[in-house]
Amino acid sequence: MADFPGLFNYWIVIVLMMTGFYVVIARGNLVKKIVGLNIFQTSVFILYISMGKVDGGTAPIIVEGTVGAGVTYSNPLPHVLILTAIVVGIATTALGLALIVRIKEAYGTIEEDEIFAKDEPE
Amino acid sequence: MGIVRLDNLLAVVMLSGIYSLISAGLFVTLDAVDVAFTEASVGGGIATVLMLATLALTGDTEKQGKGKLQFMPLAVVAVTGALLIYGTLDMPSFGDAMAPIHQHVAPRYIAEAPQTTGIPNIVTSVLASYRGYDTMGELAVIFTAGIGVMLILGTGRRRDD
Amino acid sequence: MSMLHRHFILRITTKLLMPFILMFALYVQFHGDFGPGGGFQAGVIFGAGFILYALIYGIDAAEKVTPPGLIRAVMALGLLLYVGVGYFGMFLGGAFLDYNVLRHDPVHGQHLGITLVELGVGTTVAATMITVFFSFAGRMRRGKRPE
Repeated sequence: MADFPGLFNYWIVIVLMMTGFYVVIARGNLVKKIVGLNIFQTSVFILYISMGKVDGGTAPIIVEGTVGAGVTYSNPLPHVLILTAIVVGIATTALGLALIVRIKEAYGTIEEDEIFAKDEPE
Repeated sequence: MGIVRLDNLLAVVMLSGIYSLISAGLFVTLDAVDVAFTEASVGGGIATVLMLATLALTGDTEKQGKGKLQFMPLAVVAVTGALLIYGTLDMPSFGDAMAPIHQHVAPRYIAEAPQTTGIPNIVTSVLASYRGYDTMGELAVIFTAGIGVMLILGTGRRRDD
Repeated sequence: MSMLHRHFILRITTKLLMPFILMFALYVQFHGDFGPGGGFQAGVIFGAGFILYALIYGIDAAEKVTPPGLIRAVMALGLLLYVGVGYFGMFLGGAFLDYNVLRHDPVHGQHLGITLVELGVGTTVAATMITVFFSFAGRMRRGKRPE
């Protein structure tokens, strides 16, 4: 366990991820499931960004005149991936919320068990 | 944790907005300024507005009596979490410059991007130039999602006039 | 929405803030090469500006400023601009999305290409955000009316 302090970022990510996971599988309300998915999603963002961090590094924007001067930059690649993932995430969230609105109109409820109950008798 | 327990969905949405802002702050300390910027505006702004719009359409209280912990999901979550933590024991430690993620293409981007593109922000140049295909695909996804919402909810015009 | 018609402070503050929000969005858009920012963020901020306007002044007023048909066209135009830059590079003898050939000097070509592509990203994201919000709001307005 010599690595103990070095792994705490992954553990934070896992705690957040499991919180989101629990919300998704345990709660019946569809809006809450979307919020849970968002928590899950953000935990993945934190995982990527924390992997890209380098000790003593700075944000990957080159300052004039420091090229090759021994300045360390954090890894820009996860930043790029997550940047686009966030915006795609909001687009898919919007789609999910739109579906919830239609489900509410069709079933009159957004609780999962009530929706199942309405489907059963047919 | 409040998000898990609360029945009032309005409070849940507000908490998730605050959570987004906090994670944006975390991204700044992890040197990801671009990402923090996006997370703050998207998560704290647009997502909250859209969720509130949904709540206005669907009602803002969750069914009562579901606030207690459920054991089956909790067990699943605990086991998955334990397995994932076991999996992290082999991972490189936080901030390690020798981690495999920093060995492959990132050094090339950092060394070459400013010269070949003339743009100091490496994130921008990688986003638009080196990984142009990715970004184009993601733009297409956003566009498609926008069309999808339009088709599901209608275009916002009244039908009867 | 008519409830908000009497909220002078909100209305006037919104009016004061609007130019700054939109200017900030454009700054983020075009300064993204040098500082943090870029098309995605700028698009979201731009969209948020119009959503604020729609929240305070009502959807009808907002639809006069940004007609939904126009916004939908702009949404497609952004993606077309991105793909168009890609094909234009091919037309000039490079590969798809190869910006080197856009100008005589590869570095300038890259810079121009990235700026154009980010502009495409920004317009599509902003238009998508506004369209999604209008869809939700239109659904809300229809729900309020007796069927």
